[in-house]
Amino acid sequence: MEAIAPAVASTRHIRLSRRLASIVGWTFSGACLVVLGVLMVWILSVVFVRGIGALNISVLTTITRGSGGGLLNAIEGTLLLSGAALLLAIPFGVAAGIYSAEYRFTAWAVVIRFLADVLVGVPSIVIGYFGYVALVQWLGWNFSLAAGAIALAIISLPYICRTTELALRQVSNDLRDAAYSLGANERRVIFGVCLPAALPSILTGVLLALAVSVGETAPLLYTAGWSNFMWDGHLTHSPVGYLTYAIWTFINEPFASANALAYAAALLVTGFVLIINIFARFLLERRRIQR
Amino acid sequence: MKFRVWLAVVAGILPLALIAIVAFLAIYSWPAMHFNGIGFIGRDTWNLGNLYANPVMFHGTLIPRGATYGILFLIVGTLLSTAIAVAIALPMGVGAAIFLAEVVPDALRTWISFFVELLMAIPSVVFGLWGYVVVIPFLGKHVYPVIAHSVGRVVPFFGEPSGSGYGLLTAGIVLSLMIVPIIAATLRDALVNQPSSLREAALGLGATRFEALWKVMLPGTRKTLIGATFLALGRALGETMAVLMVSGNALNVLPHRIYDPISTMAAFIVSQLDSALQDPTGLAVRSLAEIALVLAIISIVVNALARLLLMMWNNSQRSVMV
Repeated sequence: MEAIAPAVASTRHIRLSRRLASIVGWTFSGACLVVLGVLMVWILSVVFVRGIGALNISVLTTITRGSGGGLLNAIEGTLLLSGAALLLAIPFGVAAGIYSAEYRFTAWAVVIRFLADVLVGVPSIVIGYFGYVALVQWLGWNFSLAAGAIALAIISLPYICRTTELALRQVSNDLRDAAYSLGANERRVIFGVCLPAALPSILTGVLLALAVSVGETAPLLYTAGWSNFMWDGHLTHSPVGYLTYAIWTFINEPFASANALAYAAALLVTGFVLIINIFARFLLERRRIQR
Repeated sequence: MKFRVWLAVVAGILPLALIAIVAFLAIYSWPAMHFNGIGFIGRDTWNLGNLYANPVMFHGTLIPRGATYGILFLIVGTLLSTAIAVAIALPMGVGAAIFLAEVVPDALRTWISFFVELLMAIPSVVFGLWGYVVVIPFLGKHVYPVIAHSVGRVVPFFGEPSGSGYGLLTAGIVLSLMIVPIIAATLRDALVNQPSSLREAALGLGATRFEALWKVMLPGTRKTLIGATFLALGRALGETMAVLMVSGNALNVLPHRIYDPISTMAAFIVSQLDSALQDPTGLAVRSLAEIALVLAIISIVVNALARLLLMMWNNSQRSVMV
């Protein structure tokens, strides 16, 4: 106690200017956090209050008609586009992730890791315009499910690659050594031992990639187009609707029925994205506690 | 060995996608690049020309009569809105990160951070909706007139007229909110991971807790902060939907006041493709591809720089720890 007492006493003699700086600094930083929290609540309350007011059974069960009707076509389109994008992106993304984790010291792995990070930063509209030029125009697919799904797949690819890599890096090397010493070859070690151990984390990454693609608009505008009708089963040459388009277009229309559809679509998209994020975070925390 | 090669080839789709994006945009926009020349980034007019007259030949390219494509106003709009966004997001992100790392107790930190970082998960178009429906009327009616009356008397750039709410400042504010979690999350991690012996040493020398943070802990995270700011910058440069919905989509004019309508390269591509498709020579669509190419190159450079900075920091930290 004697040793501490003088130190405590000396803090009383800190100059006023230093104390002031300290008070101002902590207040400012606290205020920043509070402002962020308040803005977050503001956004969510706008989306949820107006969205719930606009949501009813017919919105979920009928298709869009002019400036009214429902969103069933858009809900179906969003699920189809995001689902197809995931199916395309998972094999390539996971393969890239495995390579950059298991052979992490090779030059190719460094290149892949670096380019994955760069690809995350390429604006989604650029990827959308690439889809328009390459798929819609050059391959002549027109606005279609395939073009939209490929654009979304390119966007999800780096997320899946990076989360797979991080998940595999957390798999203990003892596990690999044990498998090799039992005579397993590289493929058996990776697919039989490492991937199953890393699977929950990889799934978390896939879920987050799904959330990203559900919320995307710009890459779809000129690849998937928009359709008032349900998907007709063609991969190319027939446009599909999606929820984010409904938010963007219908909020600009002068009709209350159109605006209500925009709010309902915003609620569906935001709700879905938030649920995925919270669920993924929950999985992550549970694993951390178990470890 | 064969398995490894096979895996390397499948993994190659990722670099291939990036190369394909740049290559396709470059090849497709080649006639436009040829016609526009370097003046593309220096001219202030985007004019599709007379789409109803017969196209004319110009140095071997078929163009609509009177067409000029220049994107200076887009470059200015993109840079200014990004600059405003970073100017707001940087202090705010640093402040929030400091509070999360130093004040909020460990048990709460995970969840409070998560809540704030959920901002990153909210889709761009939802930010746009929020901006369009509530922020624009609020800022345009209640905030901007007040700023124009007070600050505007001293600084002409903030002066009257304060406009309708659509414009540069609104775009910057909405963008800042979208990028602030990138800065806050990265810096918070870096601060939490700083060795606590640093703080103890500073406190032992008689620093206050804030001085220990400001003069010792924070400078140690400088490179991370720069890297994160570059990442945030890259995100703001390419953000499309939110900017499209709140920026006022100006054409061919430079902003003279901070409230003036602007457009950015990303937003312009979306807002103009429909009219560009009316051009029978296809040169307008190719010029839009040239914008996409410019944007792709800028964002690749910015992101590569950011990642290199962050990688350098990680390596130096590892070598210190070993």
